[in-house]
Amino acid sequence: MQSFYKRHPVWSIILLFLFAGFVWLIATPWSPGLEQVLGRKRIFLNAVLSGITLGALYFLVASGFTLIFGLMRNVNLAHGSLYLLGGYIGYEVANATGYWLLAFPVVFMLVGALGLVLQHQVFRRMEGEELRQTLVTIGISVVLADIMLWIWGGQSYQVLSPDWLSGPMTLPLVTALRSNGDPVYLTYPQVRIVILIAAIIIGIAMWLVLNRSRLGMLIRAGVDDRDMLAASGVRIQYVFLAVFAFGAGMAGMAGIVGGTFQSLTPGEDTRFLLASLVVVIVGGMGSIPGAAIGALIIGLAEQLGLVYAPTYSVVFTFLIMAVVLAFRPQGLLGAGR
Amino acid sequence: MTYVVRRAEPTQPTLLEKVPAIWWAVALLLIAMPLFASNFVLFQIFGWTFILGMIALSLMFLAGYGGMVSLIQMTVGAMAGYMVAILGTSGVPTISLGWPWWLYIPVAILIAAIFGTLVGALAVRTEGIYTIMITLAIASAFFYFTRQNYGLFNGYTGFNRVIPPELFGIDWRQATPFYYLTLTCAALSYFAVVYVSRSPFGLALQGVRDNPRRMGALGFSVTAHRILAYTFSSVIAAVGGILLVWQNSQVSPGTAGIPQVIDILVIAVVGGIKRPIGPFIGALIYVLLRVYSPDVLLAFGLSGERFKLVIGLGFLIIVFFSPDGMLGLWEKYKARRAAQTDPLRGGRS
Repeated sequence: MQSFYKRHPVWSIILLFLFAGFVWLIATPWSPGLEQVLGRKRIFLNAVLSGITLGALYFLVASGFTLIFGLMRNVNLAHGSLYLLGGYIGYEVANATGYWLLAFPVVFMLVGALGLVLQHQVFRRMEGEELRQTLVTIGISVVLADIMLWIWGGQSYQVLSPDWLSGPMTLPLVTALRSNGDPVYLTYPQVRIVILIAAIIIGIAMWLVLNRSRLGMLIRAGVDDRDMLAASGVRIQYVFLAVFAFGAGMAGMAGIVGGTFQSLTPGEDTRFLLASLVVVIVGGMGSIPGAAIGALIIGLAEQLGLVYAPTYSVVFTFLIMAVVLAFRPQGLLGAGR
Repeated sequence: MTYVVRRAEPTQPTLLEKVPAIWWAVALLLIAMPLFASNFVLFQIFGWTFILGMIALSLMFLAGYGGMVSLIQMTVGAMAGYMVAILGTSGVPTISLGWPWWLYIPVAILIAAIFGTLVGALAVRTEGIYTIMITLAIASAFFYFTRQNYGLFNGYTGFNRVIPPELFGIDWRQATPFYYLTLTCAALSYFAVVYVSRSPFGLALQGVRDNPRRMGALGFSVTAHRILAYTFSSVIAAVGGILLVWQNSQVSPGTAGIPQVIDILVIAVVGGIKRPIGPFIGALIYVLLRVYSPDVLLAFGLSGERFKLVIGLGFLIIVFFSPDGMLGLWEKYKARRAAQTDPLRGGRS
């Protein structure tokens, strides 16, 4: 943070002002003039919150992707299929047992086990051959997509959230003032807030593991120079297996989350694969904070675009990606290797 | 007495003699095809094969000679198709401008080439897997954009009744004329790729593929060569895209949906991306599977909808065992045959 300020003082101040303006927009009730330009504040706040929660979901999917790519240079284009598979399995588990929370460990284990098989049987055979990995994982995703279509059909599924999570909650955010001066507070689906908090906790936990634990040290060393790490006696294949299984399991759990506040249909796999591609391209390959920032930017751009320019909302996302690529090809927080 | 054995001057084989006999046979077969093949085979199987082959050929040019695996080719083709529908005539007269054919075809190809060049200029900033990701992302952006935009691209439905112009009094959507049209275009683009690959530009491009630093040090502009490769391949993809739109007589966002974009990669890789004939072989295999695998699956008592599974599994097996596709398998087979020949005595050992 400080080094960024020292290197780019002007940019830091501009970013700070933008951030402050954004906070001001969120915190204060809007004047009528502002409402004329931007529409109702409630709509704006809803879009921002949806963007942030969507960003949380993108982060859950993309963090595994970026970790796998950063450490192993493995290009796993079947990541979206793991997401959708996790969602379907989670739906089945939650439906069969009635416990929404139980779905998470089950899916994490099952999809993580699939990840182990993928890493051990597929990626280890073609280490360093990026194009071949890409092609093989595209093949796997085509096959998985069709198998899932076979089993679960073309209809859309929704994982039902448990009772203690359903319903709205009131947030301490003022949307408007009543005529008598009472503030009106924003209400928002509780499940989304919980998911947002969970994503933040998971993100912080990942950061802690990566930066404060021995395993994290191994992973970071592997990202920087994996030959040297292997030469110093670490059984790097085990680290690879662990990271791949964790990334796959995360994608699977994100599938349950996505199935809870969106829906599960065939085609979601490519959508989330693309989302995680864009997120990691914007944020920088192999960087967890980068994935978080990228996911936040993409989620906000998508939702705000949906409200203020519905026709072109999808294009915003890719426009951001193109701009990032044009000016900073390694991504916002990429290491620039 | 000395005999001077006068050896005959080594004759240079003429250009025609250098072509192996098998090529003549294939060419003759392809030209004579309408004599014995049914209209369905001509129009659906071979017409489609040549079209997909051309689009995959443009990918093969980029990947094989330029080392850049681009997933944008189908999108460039769809762009050209859209331009034909917008500038020419279609079933949506409110948008279509109704230009004459000699104007809208070149303009469509030009616009598609500019589009491909712009994408290329963005994509060449990256390497390897990043190129795949970025072109895939742009291709899906195009898909979503055309699906949302109703002013120009007519949204979800796209354009129907986009038919080729009636030139020389021939209806080009009849099976035989369409077969010859696609055959001609495919042959021309095939020879164009072969020619360019041996031209100074093509050789420099292959140099850039193998060692960009060295080529840069020798004074070649690496970026310019790569972008120009995108332009050239975009032209081929654009012609293929226009033919595809004419064959289906409609263009919609699904023409360049994500599965279709990936199919082109599948075709090129299954055929083999080392040589220009590969994409056509891959396209033939793909089309045969697409058309006949439901029947075969039904014959085995399975649901005909699972043809994607068959294609995906076939693709997976081929890339898993032979990264160079069918051509790679063929070369492996030849190499094994050659290895079995005893080098001293000749013949089989």
